Amino acid sequence: MKYVDEFRDPEKARRLQQRIEAVMLKLRKDRGRPLQIMEFCGGHTHTLFRYGIEQMLPEGLEMVHGPGCPVCVLPMGRVDDCVALAERPDVIFTTFGDAMRVPGSRKSLLQAKAEGADVRMVYSPLDALELARRNPDRQVIFFALGFETTMPSTALTVLQAKNEGIRNFSLFCNHITTVPTIKAVLDSPDMQIDAFLAPGHVSMVVGEQPFQFIAADYGKPIVITGFEPLDILQSIYMVLRQLAEGRSEVENQYQRIVPKNGNDAGLQAIAEVFELREYFEWRGLGSIDHSGVRMRGAFADYDAERKFTIPNLKIADPKACQCGEVIKGVIRPWECKVFGDACTPQTPMGALMVSSEGACAAYYNFGNLPDLLRLREQKDRRKPASTGADAA
Amino acid sequence: MSRFDPDSVITLAHGSGGKAMRDLIDQLFVAGFDSPELRLLEDQARFDLDSLSDLGDRLAMTTDSFVVDPLFFPGGDIGTLAVAGTVNDLAVGGARPLYLTCGLILEEGLPIDTLRRVIDSMKRTADAAGVRIVTGDTKVVPRGAADKLFINTAGIGVIRRGCDIRSDRARPGDRILINGYIGDHGAAIVDARGELGLDSPVESDCRPLNGLVEALLDGGIDIHCLRDATRGGVATVLNEFAEASRCAIRIEENHLPLRDAVRGTCELLGLDPLYLANEGKLVAIVAEDQAEEALHILRQQPGGEEAALIGEVLAEPATRVLLTTGFGGERIVDLLVGEQLPRIC
Repeated sequence: MKYVDEFRDPEKARRLQQRIEAVMLKLRKDRGRPLQIMEFCGGHTHTLFRYGIEQMLPEGLEMVHGPGCPVCVLPMGRVDDCVALAERPDVIFTTFGDAMRVPGSRKSLLQAKAEGADVRMVYSPLDALELARRNPDRQVIFFALGFETTMPSTALTVLQAKNEGIRNFSLFCNHITTVPTIKAVLDSPDMQIDAFLAPGHVSMVVGEQPFQFIAADYGKPIVITGFEPLDILQSIYMVLRQLAEGRSEVENQYQRIVPKNGNDAGLQAIAEVFELREYFEWRGLGSIDHSGVRMRGAFADYDAERKFTIPNLKIADPKACQCGEVIKGVIRPWECKVFGDACTPQTPMGALMVSSEGACAAYYNFGNLPDLLRLREQKDRRKPASTGADAA
Repeated sequence: MSRFDPDSVITLAHGSGGKAMRDLIDQLFVAGFDSPELRLLEDQARFDLDSLSDLGDRLAMTTDSFVVDPLFFPGGDIGTLAVAGTVNDLAVGGARPLYLTCGLILEEGLPIDTLRRVIDSMKRTADAAGVRIVTGDTKVVPRGAADKLFINTAGIGVIRRGCDIRSDRARPGDRILINGYIGDHGAAIVDARGELGLDSPVESDCRPLNGLVEALLDGGIDIHCLRDATRGGVATVLNEFAEASRCAIRIEENHLPLRDAVRGTCELLGLDPLYLANEGKLVAIVAEDQAEEALHILRQQPGGEEAALIGEVLAEPATRVLLTTGFGGERIVDLLVGEQLPRIC
């Protein structure tokens, strides 16, 4: 297929593999631990697994799958709020497909739908607005979630609704921001990440500049990366080369999509409709300052949080869940105490098992489960008795 | 054949056992299906045992219900599905399908013309497969108690002597075949729901497969395992074979026949074509030394022109299905959890 196959060429992949191997030879020499590169974005995690890229990487190089899956990091309390809104008889609740399965403390949207709530899957916020036009006697709520990638489209939809004077449309806003979240990962004391792949589609909106502090203040190489398998291999090579040359810069591998200064119209729409929240709660990471947005006062009529009463309860993550450590690269997904036993894609306990883009779900679905569980046992046996698994 | 007004609709009277029901049976079902067993209007169809035993030494029986939305889609409709689905479930056991039943659940208000079109499709598909619809039942439920039209079909077929197709017969070294493009039906249904407005519609692959299976058996192919890859797609069937045979299966992404339009739909929605439904695809496992011959036979048959060898059976890792990606990596193809949902970004 045109414009896709060019980015999946196995011959080019082999050449990149050789270059990665060559630079790793140099980097491996004086290291006591594996080199860790975090891909922040869930879309990258998906590509890594879909194409089996991790098996193509040399010894001593680990990918750490970051918190950039908006569905995964949604806290249970927010899902409960969605369910409460969806269960109102006057509401048509609209959502992207993969948010349907995320468990709340009582149920998921999929279960609420089975029990009679009017929950509909849409492909775009404009589909939700169209539903509002066609059902003037119902309240249509769009479950807005995602990073800066999806913010412009929801912002523009709200502006459109306001222009047309449509009054039965609102957003349940759960948009989150990338940079404060990366900063939270960087500031955590057990962080061991050596370099980052920055999210390509977020960068398409925000540009290169917001990532400068990672290179400048924290001294970590970072490469803005596309979503095809060759994009990812090339970006891995680019961060390794920075490490080998002792540089830390923001480089842009995804230049065919990402302009240096981002997308002006998109940023303007975001700024017009949204403002930063003081803090936002993340599944697995806890509360992070300025990591979410809400709607500005001027759009109160389109804000489901103001328009309707929602429970807004905070539900703590299950204690046994080690998502936070997985996200920071402290442990591998299969090293978590509950991975594959109490926590599976059918019965997810933690954020990372929830969506197909979550690191744990990816290992569970695309990995060899018996082998992974054996590895975990071996590792547990090697630990001194006094620390035990709980100390991880 | 019709005395029904083309604009008339199904009412509760059509299921009440009285005159209206009798008219429906006579004019739509008996006339439409046109089989001698049905014309007798007994409460059951009757078969002669001797003529059955001439065809083989075992009977095969199966049933399936059909609830597709929308009823009509590019490449077929619920009637085509209802006949082809049951025919195929018999055929992949090595049976020659002979007789089908037809149970209908109709929602009050269904246009009779819609029902007539579905009955016509069922008859056409039954003729193509060489089977007869010999008995049936109709119920009408109040509006809202069912979605337009549900169909159940059951079928009987005869398995020829010596034929032994089982999911646990895959052995290391065996080869895996498919008779054509994967995922067409699943993509056609996504498309027909009209939510995406794609401009290159894919047609469902819905068709009877008994001709292909009979050609393989007539050609002396000892089919080890055989399934039609319906819900859950090719990935699910391969996992069933690997599990039952305690073997591993490796397939090559580059060898999977996949239309550009289906691939495009999958790219757009973040779906995996390996899990998309098919309604006219069989996955067969045969010994290595018969693989080329089986491929040759399939390609001579209608519905097998694009047949391909897609992989092989290995000893280890037992019960797993592996995919060598076109990119040069490898991943495990597991059973799907829940249904495939489009990804957010």
